[in-house]
Amino acid sequence: MGTSREPTQYGWAFLLPSVILLGLVFFYPIVVFLSKTFLDPGPTLKNVIDLFRTDVYLKVLWITFRISFTVTVVCVLLGYPIAYLLCEVSEGTRNLLMIMVIIPFWTSLLVRTYAWMVLLGRRGVFNSILMSLGILHSPARLLHNSFAVNVGMIQMMTPFMVLAMYSVMKGIDRGLPRAAESLGANKFQAFIRVFLPLSLPGVGAGSLLVFIYSLGFFITPALLGGRKSIMISMVIEQQVSTLLRWGFASALALLLLAATLVFFLIYSRFFKIEQL
Amino acid sequence: MMGSATGRHRFLPGKWVFYFLCASIFTFLVLPVFVIIPISFSAAKFLQFPPRSFSLQWYADYFGSRNWIYATIKSFQVGILTMIVATVLGTLASFAIVRGDFRGKRLVYGLLLSPLIIPVIITSVAAYYFFARLHLVGTVWALVLAHTALAIPFVVVNVTATLQGFDITLERAALSLGANRLVTFIKVTFPLIWPGIVSGSLFAFITSFDEVVVAMFLCGSKPTLPKQMWDGIRIAINPTISAVASLLIAFSVLLLLSLHFLTRRTERIRGAG
Repeated sequence: MGTSREPTQYGWAFLLPSVILLGLVFFYPIVVFLSKTFLDPGPTLKNVIDLFRTDVYLKVLWITFRISFTVTVVCVLLGYPIAYLLCEVSEGTRNLLMIMVIIPFWTSLLVRTYAWMVLLGRRGVFNSILMSLGILHSPARLLHNSFAVNVGMIQMMTPFMVLAMYSVMKGIDRGLPRAAESLGANKFQAFIRVFLPLSLPGVGAGSLLVFIYSLGFFITPALLGGRKSIMISMVIEQQVSTLLRWGFASALALLLLAATLVFFLIYSRFFKIEQL
Repeated sequence: MMGSATGRHRFLPGKWVFYFLCASIFTFLVLPVFVIIPISFSAAKFLQFPPRSFSLQWYADYFGSRNWIYATIKSFQVGILTMIVATVLGTLASFAIVRGDFRGKRLVYGLLLSPLIIPVIITSVAAYYFFARLHLVGTVWALVLAHTALAIPFVVVNVTATLQGFDITLERAALSLGANRLVTFIKVTFPLIWPGIVSGSLFAFITSFDEVVVAMFLCGSKPTLPKQMWDGIRIAINPTISAVASLLIAFSVLLLLSLHFLTRRTERIRGAG
């Protein structure tokens, strides 16, 4: 017969279409755009110097990090109890609760951001409730500030955190905390000294993911934020769309990409990228 | 005995505090999704919660508006094309990743997934510059190609997961019984892995259908649905958007249910294999 009767070994040829498409419309444009940092208008370091000379942009960078950090910390605090609960309940209840995690996760960012505008606006849901209860006499300013950005981003990112933590927690042998209890630890001690340390890889993976995604957030801060909560991606958009300063936008993008990649390398050092 | 009884007793209020805490967090998570739906049925001329009277005026607005309907059609058009291209390309790549044996496989796999990591603003601005020079901004194909890049990782992740659970002896059996490779693929491989391919394609579709940042730059004068929403939100909060948002939520839930069904099926197949 000549042909082997082994299942097909799929070769490079199967990868080529994807590699060519990504190369052409993804990697090549990104390289060209980022190279403008040093090539726009001519060979130059001016864009990089501008970035570090005007403290406005360092401030934006600082705000971006601060918001991402706050979001990550709060997501851990909100996500942990939920992930823990999901491990504790019966399968039926878990499926039901999982729906409440996945529906927001699966609903478009734009729709959820819009919903937060409706909730937090001057004549929004919270203000009307607080005023009809007599707690407020005039509407509070809940929107277009860093409070709104944080709240919105936390709600967007908590499901990520829950799913990352849950995938680790469900693999923890439930016999271990129980063993600690049978040896005289109370429930609290068994949790702190046995369950919590075993769940930390999930906390780490979730935190890095949330932090990485938060650094590049655009829609939510652009719609919910004010002048004091401008994130780096918003400045990139503004430089390109209204100021047409491609070289400078490129320098900012390079900075954002570098920060993202540094944290991603840390992530991939410890966790598999399939879990994204 | 006494010790464990008091221990349990002492923890009882703690347990209820914990449940209350979890209930509050769940409320926070689902609140934005569920507050939009009643608001979209409000009969008031502005956004009102809770609505005092109900009407379908915002839905009528949506279905009566050429702009919204055109935007919806464009989103479906781009989403379906993206889904087809990304599914074909991503599935082929997944076969090479799982069944291939060559150097640099992990690197290629990482590159295929990298659109997930790179901030979408960078992808969008770069794509804008690229397609602008080719005079393709505003065309459906510019959007489809850029969205396909973003969607390929989802197809690859879903299909490789299914393929890794696939029992290769089934193919070996078919081949040894005289089937050729094409027949083996059509009669054995595909019927077993299709749920993974279809869930990958649903992910690809929703990635494109919900995408707004690339669309902001590449749509030109004819927006997709999310771009039209974005413009509407930026200019003024038009209550019609609440109807659009509710329809999008309903549509997403529908896709999610199909996905859930498919995942269950994949798990059954993997369990059987």
